[in-house]
Amino acid sequence: MKKTGLQILKDNTMLIVLVLVYLFFTWRTGGAMFSPFNFNELITQNAYVFILASGMLMCMLTGGNIDLACGSLVCFLGAIGAYFMAIQEMNPVIAIILMLLIGIVYGCVLGYLIAYINIPPWIATLAGYLAFRGLGTNILSSNSKTGSISVKKVESFLGIFAGKLFKTKMGILNVPCLVVGIVIAVLVVALNVINRANKVKKGYEADTMAMMLGKSVLEAAVILLVAYKLAMAGGIPTVLVWVGLVVLFYNFITEKTTIGRHFYVVGGNREAARLSGVNTRRIMFVAYLNMAIVTVITTWVVLGRVQAANSTAGTNFEMDAISACVVGGVSAYGGAGRIFGMVIGATLIGVINLGMSLMNIDANYQKVVKGVVLLGAVAFDILSKRRSK
Amino acid sequence: MAKILLEMKNITKTFPGVKALDNVNLKVEEGEIHALVGENGAGKSTLMNVLSGIYPYGTYEGDIIYNGEVCKFNTIKDSEGKGIVIIHQELALVPEMSIGENMYLGNERGRKAAIDWNTTYAEADKYLKMVGLSESSKVLVKEIGTGKQQLVEIAKALAKKAKLLILDEPTSSLNEEDSRALLDLMLGFKKQGMTMIIITHKLNEVSYVADKITVVRDGSTIETIDNANHDIDEDRIIKGMVGRELTNRFPKREGVKIGDINLEVEHWTVRHPLYPERTVVNDVSINVRKGEVVGIYGLMGAGRTELAMSIFGQSYGILAGGTLKIDGKEVKLKKSPTDAIKHKIAYVTEDRKGNGLILSQSIKVNTSLANLDSLASHMVIDKDKEYQVAEEYRDKLKTKTPTVEQLVGNLSGGNQQKVLLAKWMFAEPDILILDEPTRGIDVGAKYEIYCIINDLAAAGKSVIMISSELPEVLAMSDRIYIMNASRMVGEMKASEATQENIMATILKSGRGD
Repeated sequence: MKKTGLQILKDNTMLIVLVLVYLFFTWRTGGAMFSPFNFNELITQNAYVFILASGMLMCMLTGGNIDLACGSLVCFLGAIGAYFMAIQEMNPVIAIILMLLIGIVYGCVLGYLIAYINIPPWIATLAGYLAFRGLGTNILSSNSKTGSISVKKVESFLGIFAGKLFKTKMGILNVPCLVVGIVIAVLVVALNVINRANKVKKGYEADTMAMMLGKSVLEAAVILLVAYKLAMAGGIPTVLVWVGLVVLFYNFITEKTTIGRHFYVVGGNREAARLSGVNTRRIMFVAYLNMAIVTVITTWVVLGRVQAANSTAGTNFEMDAISACVVGGVSAYGGAGRIFGMVIGATLIGVINLGMSLMNIDANYQKVVKGVVLLGAVAFDILSKRRSK
Repeated sequence: MAKILLEMKNITKTFPGVKALDNVNLKVEEGEIHALVGENGAGKSTLMNVLSGIYPYGTYEGDIIYNGEVCKFNTIKDSEGKGIVIIHQELALVPEMSIGENMYLGNERGRKAAIDWNTTYAEADKYLKMVGLSESSKVLVKEIGTGKQQLVEIAKALAKKAKLLILDEPTSSLNEEDSRALLDLMLGFKKQGMTMIIITHKLNEVSYVADKITVVRDGSTIETIDNANHDIDEDRIIKGMVGRELTNRFPKREGVKIGDINLEVEHWTVRHPLYPERTVVNDVSINVRKGEVVGIYGLMGAGRTELAMSIFGQSYGILAGGTLKIDGKEVKLKKSPTDAIKHKIAYVTEDRKGNGLILSQSIKVNTSLANLDSLASHMVIDKDKEYQVAEEYRDKLKTKTPTVEQLVGNLSGGNQQKVLLAKWMFAEPDILILDEPTRGIDVGAKYEIYCIINDLAAAGKSVIMISSELPEVLAMSDRIYIMNASRMVGEMKASEATQENIMATILKSGRGD
């Protein structure tokens, strides 16, 4: 079965939409969208979405379940972290571990309530949504007159989560950064070639040589472009490394491992999964424990970027993560969705956000546009699937 | 000669890439019961969808002539307006609503926005009487059994002033008693002048109730057989359906050596998960030997599925007592299917769509699911191996599909059943419990499933086959257990069993209570 050109377009509609939207904003902003500074900005602004949405995707796979509490948890954990690092002057490494431990304890409790007590996830997390915002605000207001704790002085912390690798000045070509880009591009192309050769050798269905080469060239070009832009913007943001690790990790889990497969089958038909020997309760437990851990990573990244903990931190994060998943083709009913799709979805939303800001569109209208995009993406997805049936 | 009420002339319906109906002709006389038979996917349902306007005029070729005029239906409402009412296989009732509300759903009594509930319930009660239901129309649908729900569907159709009633597999979820009552009700309607089309897989019902039988095969009408004397031979119908003489509906199993007792369950008692005061399996003892096929026969609700699922790692109900021995050694299974699988027990469910398969996933994913760990090292799945395994079982079970990447939801019932069997065969069990392995699949696929069962027995597996089809149990089993009202009421060798003495055993046990 050869894929037709039309089929390739259909499989990658969101990617094409992303490119078109990006070109549109580049045109409307007179090229500002394409500048090294805004490339860097796009990554650092949206890092939290990529990380948080990776966890949200795992929850949604289990049957369209979501976590409403993660945004508030970011506020609460941020307040605790900032309090210990800035006010108690605790060693940042210990503070980081402490935040992780709190997240794990909370994740275990939440996972237990959902998986073993059968509390519907949206209710169990609605409680956290309310409680953590209150707790976080309380910590902040009782330790600071302004209701905000700055971590500007904790430089080692900022360096880990909001620094730059191979830091140089803006506008100067950063050679190590470019070299890293070239190495990654070569690795990706090599992997494509090896994968195809393996498939052909074993007689499996494989892309044609031309398609594989075309794909490799495109992928390498995108990687090199990003590397070049970042090289001109002063180096690789450390947060990109964090995002990369998280995304690659969950991509590996969902595509290659038995536990990842179990997430899909639990979402596809929970009873069938149970009767096939899948421990469905444990999967639910892991989904929400994992979500809490991912939220901790998000907190580190956000605290690093904002350089302060305040009571509005994490507002609507849960909605951003859900939107990224849904726009990226993750099923709202569970059982289907890929990390790659989520990344495209998150990037698309990020591009729209940044583009509209650069165009100085009123913030209220920005919200309207985002809502319409979300609805449009899902409607489009459903309609295109219906037609292909 | 009676008047022709409905004539479908040269109907052709194409879907992208498939010709679902090819020049189909169907003539139904006024006041007759006309049976439509054919294998799954032969085009029976498509034909009825064309008739009822689900596929609107213009999307098919050919003419529908009803009551002397050419009809161009665009929606179901159009065809219902003419008195053509279809009752689908899957009941379309809202459980939380009353019978009356359901009957007039979308057809509400009253004026404009306001519903006249008095008229609704009064009329509903009238039609309920006609179908022989004594329930009030104010009772909620969820409180009555499936058999009665089917009657409510018929009452609902009558309330729409049906002249031509189409019943799609009306007895597929009913037990024999309810089925018989329903068929007799149809005969009663016939006397009053109603015309009916019945689609069914149960050929004994066809010969009992139908005046004429039209056979559909591969999208074409093959023949219309006259059955005015209700004496048609089932083999005669099957011949038309499969296009060849099936000299033997059940393949022979020969030369299989029956070995030692493999699984032995004694005094097994299970209580209902929500109402622990109810005993669903009462002091049941069974055993099965290596290479043996043991049939468990019983009517629906006898406790067969509950027994099977309870043995399979207590996946149903609360175990209140009993011992389980494998190869003579007592085993205490934990309350998890995983533990049962580890002890080489497999349970192949009766409800393949509900809790057997993951319809949104591929054949490959479904095949490997119960034994995924064997394809993985350190939790990383070897996808090449997984693909090979799926291919291997596709060949072995002759599953019809272009590729194992195909979604299971797109397969026919028979092929889905094969994927379900493949999943459990790949789990390499010693003991297989097959719950209604041939439910809702056509004659050809049934034969292939029987062959698979024979192969399993020949490979030394112990097979427990639960079924409510007597001919199947009689032909396939070495030994037969008979279950009724939560108890095991009889055990006999297949060679000594007949339909009569099995039914007699059940009836006698019923009187004892």
